[in-house]
Amino acid sequence: MAGKPTTDPWSSLPGHWTAALQGRLQTGERLLAWFEPDLDHRLHFSQHLVALTDRRFLGLDGAAEPPREWLLDPAQVLRSAEQSGLGTLELSDPNGQLSTWRYTAARHAAARALVQCWDSMRGAATEAAQSVCPSCGAIMPAENERCAACTAAAQHDDQSLRSLYRLLAFARPRAGMILVGFVLTLASTAAGLVPPYLTMPLLDDVLIPHQNGRPVQFSLVYGYLAGLAGAALLAWLLDWARSFVSAWVSERISADLRQQTYAHLQTLSLEFFGGKRTGDLMSRVGSDTDRLCNFLSAHLVDFSTDILMILMTAAILLSIDPMLALATLCPFPIIVWLVNWVRGRLLRGYRRGTVAWAEMTNVLADTIPGIRVVKAFAQEQREIERFNAANDRVLHANQRVNLTWSFFGPVVTLLTTLGLLVVWGFGAWRVYHAHITVGVLTAFLAYITRFYTRSESMIRIFSNTQRAAASAHRIFEIIDRVPSVPEPKDPVQPGRLEGRIELEAVRFSYGPREVLHGIDLTIEPGEMIGLVGHSGAGKTTLTNLLCRFFDVASGAIRVDGTDIRSFPVEAYRRNIGIVLQEPFLFYGTVAENIAYGRPDASREAIVAAARAARAHEFILRLPDGYDSLVGERGQSLSGGERQRIAIARALLIDPRILILDEATSSVDTETERDIQAALENLTKGRTTIAIAHRLSTLRRANRIVVLDRGNIVETGTHHDLLRLRGAYSRLHKAQLEMVQGHAV
Amino acid sequence: MHHERNGHSASTIHLAADAQGRLVFTDPHGTTHTAVEPVRAFPISAPRHGIALCDADGRQLHWIEALDALPVAEQKLLEDALARRQFVPTVRRILRVSRVVEPSDWEVETDRGIARFSLRSEEDVRRLAGHRALVTDAHGIRYLIPDLRDLDPFSSRILERYL
Ligand SMILES: Nc1ncnc2c1ncn2[C@@H]1O[C@H](COP(=O)(O)OP(=O)(O)OP(=O)(O)O)[C@@H](O)[C@H]1O
Ligand SMILES: [Mg+2]
Repeated sequence: MAGKPTTDPWSSLPGHWTAALQGRLQTGERLLAWFEPDLDHRLHFSQHLVALTDRRFLGLDGAAEPPREWLLDPAQVLRSAEQSGLGTLELSDPNGQLSTWRYTAARHAAARALVQCWDSMRGAATEAAQSVCPSCGAIMPAENERCAACTAAAQHDDQSLRSLYRLLAFARPRAGMILVGFVLTLASTAAGLVPPYLTMPLLDDVLIPHQNGRPVQFSLVYGYLAGLAGAALLAWLLDWARSFVSAWVSERISADLRQQTYAHLQTLSLEFFGGKRTGDLMSRVGSDTDRLCNFLSAHLVDFSTDILMILMTAAILLSIDPMLALATLCPFPIIVWLVNWVRGRLLRGYRRGTVAWAEMTNVLADTIPGIRVVKAFAQEQREIERFNAANDRVLHANQRVNLTWSFFGPVVTLLTTLGLLVVWGFGAWRVYHAHITVGVLTAFLAYITRFYTRSESMIRIFSNTQRAAASAHRIFEIIDRVPSVPEPKDPVQPGRLEGRIELEAVRFSYGPREVLHGIDLTIEPGEMIGLVGHSGAGKTTLTNLLCRFFDVASGAIRVDGTDIRSFPVEAYRRNIGIVLQEPFLFYGTVAENIAYGRPDASREAIVAAARAARAHEFILRLPDGYDSLVGERGQSLSGGERQRIAIARALLIDPRILILDEATSSVDTETERDIQAALENLTKGRTTIAIAHRLSTLRRANRIVVLDRGNIVETGTHHDLLRLRGAYSRLHKAQLEMVQGHAV
Repeated sequence: MHHERNGHSASTIHLAADAQGRLVFTDPHGTTHTAVEPVRAFPISAPRHGIALCDADGRQLHWIEALDALPVAEQKLLEDALARRQFVPTVRRILRVSRVVEPSDWEVETDRGIARFSLRSEEDVRRLAGHRALVTDAHGIRYLIPDLRDLDPFSSRILERYL
């Protein structure tokens, strides 16, 4: 990788170059940056180094060979070019090429960094082209194949246990209750250890002397029995309180977690959602948080109880009879070792399990909303098979875990039995030699049984810990994602905008693919612009940038003279009404859907907006009028009806900038004309950008902008453009021919 | 275009019933329309506001902002016509539900007497805004619960399962 001038380039330089390079530098010469091409000119893998110092370029083709050098000269140009996985770095001056180096795609970014370093040194600073990572939404240099943020996330996969510690941040607000829970745990564990302690004197002081012919002291018997009953009662009460408290705490922690995850999800840009599958996100917010809740409430508390129990038992055993205690505890190290062995296998198994599960959810989230397509193409059987395959993967993943687990459980039981055997054998021997009493032996047996059942459940918890850690990791992956449409540090309040839009050299890429190549356009307040162009030309992308669903890669968008990145996102969007190409209705009433952007709107305002969008009359025909439920599970509406509700929704917020992306593509021509007539009043004084394939839709546009493969190719009124006989007139002619063709 | 005409005050129109009991509406220009259908725009959230008078094709002829602003006689006429058009019994009490899982048979006491119906799925019981709920039976008939808080304990317990 290349060192930047700001960091010490030596520190990251691979060791074998350090010595080679140090010997070659003149006194006082400083290393500024370096780059390590990994191919030679025959494109074989080999090691080279290009170093940039404050005096010259140095080219090393191996540590032993003499370096080539070029004294620095501002006229020298360093260029990097990449094509299909291969890169070329070229150093030239006005007289011609000085040298070239070849490298693989893995070094693209490093090569660019060296070029930038030299460019900034000779004062030809170029703005780094940036793009947005399609899977996480982070900004990355355009030539990066993979986004640094995503790669980092993948590398941290192994540290998933660390995610569990991060839960502590969510636990802090509940610290009081957690403390109460801990004290209760301590007390109830202690109470649970009392009974065997009381059976000891019951045997030794009462029952065995009775067998030997001594009279029974009933007062003692009653005392011990009462003690036993009291301890049981106390243990029950404390246990009850403890379970309740821990459930209370964990439910709240996971609710906080869910809430924060969802809230954060809402701040992430569309780019993030574009790269994630719905099922996966849903399972993260839903079942992963639930799994954590389970872990926190049941297992974590159990775990601390177990640890306490084991420690306390060990202490009691040692205090009663150290010799017997040591003998009893000898299988314990074996268990510890086993736990460690099993842990690794379980971790891998569970991770496979979670991934398989998410995959299965994805199949569901894919096919259920798309069920109409599935049926239309009669692909039910294939979808069933797809689901079966995913389900099988879940099965297999769990199968492996179960195999490990089913082997492990009985082993622990065996060890427990062995442990008991040791106590019986060694204990009987000690009783025989009168080192201990029968009472002590029974107490030991009682304790040791608890001890081993506890250690078994502890192992179960270990496996759950792995599972919870995997879940926590998946949740923090969302929470840690930085929104790629950042809020400005010094926000300028937009208030109510005029609606003057200036696009200046706007470029944008989805991942490595640039879709807008420098758009320049000024739109006056109140102007209506028609945006036309082939499918995939970048029309929707342009409106996405205007709405700040994404940020431009370079160039700027200014509204009323202010860069839109200086406005707080929400306040800015309040000025924009948008009708999306695929209108979406939420589950709720028609009135709620229209008032989505202004929930406090009056009924009159809602009806007025619906009238303007020509939606009023079809709404009246619905069974409950404006109170009819629509969206998923609700009344189904036709495509055109949905579009009209979406238009009403956009109009209701009374926006300064109105964006209509194919807003009337699904309504009939007559209704469209009606809507247009209504819009004419409404677009007055509003900056409007209308996208349409049907050119007749744009009859009223002041200007028409033709976009082709990310460039503006023509601008002008309908008549101007027809006269130009360019792209627009071709589109127009094609549509006319089609209409006439139908008419014939 | 008739439907463009809004905001006229209610006093300039006239409503009457013809021999078959259908609504006859005279608009502010004196034109008379027979067989007029009144439609509530917000039958659940605001039943007494926003009433559209439509012709047989569903085209709006006139918009009445508030029922209460009309003269009493016309109010009565309109209410009757609306009641004929809309059948949403109000549930007072749930008497019996056959079993816990759907489909289940329900017996409820409504403002229109005892009703028996079967519920197809749990999704047919929906909570609406303002503590209201709507039960849709297997035939699509809807039963409105005007206020969940006013129900007796038995009915509340039944509905709790669904909401
Ligand atoms: N989220 C995305 N990730 C990657 N590429 C995308 C994404 N959205 C759009 N593209 C690509 O960007 C290009 C421009 O898309 P855009 O949606 O802006 O086209 P459009 O002009 O609106 O087309 P249409 O008229 O079909 O709606 C297309 O080639 C498309 O494949
Ligand atoms: Mg589009």
